[in-house]
Amino acid sequence: MATERATKIRTKTQSGVTDVLVLVSHPMETGQRTDPKTKEKIPPHFIQKMTFTLNGKEIASTSLGTAVSKDPLIGIKVKGTKAGDKIKVSWSDNMGESGSEEAVIG
Amino acid sequence: MMKRMFIMLTALLIMAGLPSVSVADPASDLKQFRDFFKKKFPTVKFDDYANGLYVLPGSEEYHEQWVAFNEFPPYELGLAEGKKMWGKPFKNGKTFASCFKNDGKNIAQGYPYWDEVTQKVRTAEMDLLKCMKDNGAEVTEKGELKEFSDLGKNQNARVNLAELTAYFYSLSQGQRVNINLSSPGAVKAYEEGKKFWWARRGQLNFSCANCHMDLAGKNMGGNQPLSAALGHPVGWPAQRLEWGRLETIHFRYMTCNSQVRAKPLKHGSEIYNNLQFYETYMSSGLPLSAPAMRN
Repeated sequence: MATERATKIRTKTQSGVTDVLVLVSHPMETGQRTDPKTKEKIPPHFIQKMTFTLNGKEIASTSLGTAVSKDPLIGIKVKGTKAGDKIKVSWSDNMGESGSEEAVIG
Repeated sequence: MMKRMFIMLTALLIMAGLPSVSVADPASDLKQFRDFFKKKFPTVKFDDYANGLYVLPGSEEYHEQWVAFNEFPPYELGLAEGKKMWGKPFKNGKTFASCFKNDGKNIAQGYPYWDEVTQKVRTAEMDLLKCMKDNGAEVTEKGELKEFSDLGKNQNARVNLAELTAYFYSLSQGQRVNINLSSPGAVKAYEEGKKFWWARRGQLNFSCANCHMDLAGKNMGGNQPLSAALGHPVGWPAQRLEWGRLETIHFRYMTCNSQVRAKPLKHGSEIYNNLQFYETYMSSGLPLSAPAMRN
């Protein structure tokens, strides 16, 4: 059963550049770790794709891998945004889970 | 001759000084404690001590990193979990707010407190667990909560409790620490905590004070500076970069103890409660900043 994973987004505009920060609660398992109790390998579980859209138009996408930390914080900088613009982030992982969150640029 | 006289004179002075030390009351302890840091770090403002080691001279790089983390602090994930727990009604329909004065808002500055009924120090964690118990959570034979037993080892349960406690403290953010030591029992518990703070322990033979007073702001065989004792408890539960999760202050005490190669006490043990009581009193007047990011 897929548990609900929190996705948080925050924006900050300073001198024409908007910082968009995204924090996802995700285990980002590499598949290398062993469960100390059962001695079995913990299966890999990581975010593979993350895309950012501005008013519905894709502006950035990234492929993440197992090298990214648990509960990752990912940020992009966007130029030329206006107040009221909608920025949306969505991600999907190798186990078919996904999440998204929206923010309005203030 | 002069030298001998000097030694005798100092010996006399030390002897004369002793009685005044043994009758020290908490208020003069507090003054001494604050004066110690005022003298050690004359440039650091009193309120800034609430922000941990980042305000100490020489920690500028850590301060920069800390500010960057606070842009979007990772503890927000845990804090959101705590908020969810806080708001979720028990089976009988009541919530955590029903167990506390003023619905739990702006009261954490008085924690931990001396409880006259049980004649023990009570921490926020204890009151939160008691609230669950009183409202029908499952209890083991020992009287512990089933979900929250053996907190020292049970990381998931402990982190859940830390998240809940963090939310409880966040409801009182900015309130200034105000510990009530008016009863003799409270002073006794305070003295117990004080003893623990100053006693050396472990293979490395360090007391809490060795690292967090004498060596505060310096590196000590580690990869980061030691924090100043003043302001220690106001940021907890905190998320350390090393741990990547919110944790309770008792867990921090446990890890501190093992870092000086001493056997950690049990999570929630009375002596840790007393230590927390002493430490928090020593941070009287500082604004609560929990939850916080710490190195």
